[in-house]
Amino acid sequence: MSQAVVRITVDGAVLDVAVGVSVAAALMNASLPIRVSVSGEPRAALCGMGVCQECRVTIDGRSFQRSCLVAVRDGMVISHEA
Amino acid sequence: MRLDLTRFDVVIVGGGPAGLMAALRVCLETSSVAIIDQSPAPGGQIWRRDLHGGWPEHVSAMVKLLSQRSSFIGNATVVDATSVDGRHQLLVEKEGRTIAIETATVIIATGARELFLPFPGWTLPGVVGVGGLQALMKNGLDVRGRRIVISGSGPLLVAVAAAAVKKGADVVAVIEQAKLSSLARFGMRLAMHPFTALDALRYMVELNGGVMQFGKWVSIARGAGKVEAVTVTNGNLTETIECDLLATGFGLVPNTELARLLGCEIGSRGIIVGRGQRTTVPGVFAAGECTGIGGVDQAVHEGMFAGSASVGDRPPYGSHRRRDRARGWGRILERTFALRPEVLALAQPSTIVCRCEDVRRRDLPALASGRQAKLYTRVGMGACQGRVCGPPLARMFGWEQDTVRAPLQPAQLSSLIGAR
Repeated sequence: MSQAVVRITVDGAVLDVAVGVSVAAALMNASLPIRVSVSGEPRAALCGMGVCQECRVTIDGRSFQRSCLVAVRDGMVISHEA
Repeated sequence: MRLDLTRFDVVIVGGGPAGLMAALRVCLETSSVAIIDQSPAPGGQIWRRDLHGGWPEHVSAMVKLLSQRSSFIGNATVVDATSVDGRHQLLVEKEGRTIAIETATVIIATGARELFLPFPGWTLPGVVGVGGLQALMKNGLDVRGRRIVISGSGPLLVAVAAAAVKKGADVVAVIEQAKLSSLARFGMRLAMHPFTALDALRYMVELNGGVMQFGKWVSIARGAGKVEAVTVTNGNLTETIECDLLATGFGLVPNTELARLLGCEIGSRGIIVGRGQRTTVPGVFAAGECTGIGGVDQAVHEGMFAGSASVGDRPPYGSHRRRDRARGWGRILERTFALRPEVLALAQPSTIVCRCEDVRRRDLPALASGRQAKLYTRVGMGACQGRVCGPPLARMFGWEQDTVRAPLQPAQLSSLIGAR
């Protein structure tokens, strides 16, 4: 079954993702860590349901977005927070 | 900053089973009812819409019906809540906008979150919750061909393992910390709840019994930049299992923060509710896992009761008995899957216990209270506001939960200006 695909950019790199996939899932599918902790550890989603805040990224210029709660959109720009 | 001000007869916070059932009941009386949820679509956790499979069929019908007779406010987070003279105001952040919602009747259906217990390596990418794995899979995490270890405690382990297998994952081990003898007793009581027993049987068959291990736990997760292998032990012998993902969770914790902020009394199991799911605050009701972990059956019944009571009606005859049986199920779960002391002591001195602020076990002052620990180390003062580290530290050290203050979630300054 073919799926519609959208194109997003992650820190400048282009990623093609199936419609409806959450940003957190998309980043994990691409084996990208989602954020870096205060002591420099790479982190990805833990709880998957908006509680742990580990998945937060900047989306289209808005910071502190819980990426497990956001579906990818065509042209979405994702950048990482310190 | 734009502050939309809107009014509803009934506001339901949480669009899972309890919230949806409440809305179903309420919308028979009034269409001035709103469900607020952080996710883009209703369903909560157990009824979460799957990217490929959609909602469970009955949920699909419910959602369709509700869309015609109620308002669903998704991608929305309640950041503050106040009550004045029996009227409640919720401050909601939705995609950069701020909405003030005013109502006389609030139904809290905020559900539960997972109990995580810290252990070496648990912060590695690829270590997710058990419910977390389910949520991520439903939102498009690709697990085809991925080696997954599922460990921790509770019936969720097997249910999620079965779901992962259906999605093409290679579930190499399901590791339950409770001993088989505890579960055998559970099996006897399972017979008293026939619907759930059939579920359990179905899951086991889908899973292929061979991968299940009892009386064991993951003591270490290892990998370079992401999880690559885990060490499993029964306290004596150890074994290493290679994996791409580790799903770990030790049960559920009720989400009581909004209720606390509104001044509701909270008990040891969750929000305290009386007749008709009334909390101790007039005009505020609570239903589902947030009143005490009891599974979807309890949530469905409590949602219906709260919906009925909120519009001044009584629930159908005999329904209290079904709800109480479901509550009984919750208590059986607690006893059967009680946590062994070993899994509460997995953190090594260098293990991070507060993920938001990278506070390590060795940083925690000895014998301090939770509040003292916060003052010395910032533990619990990060983005998750203690939701992840609070429950394990409470069980490890007996720390009391601190009082809740706004904002309930990290919020835009513009949302909070002028709010209080």
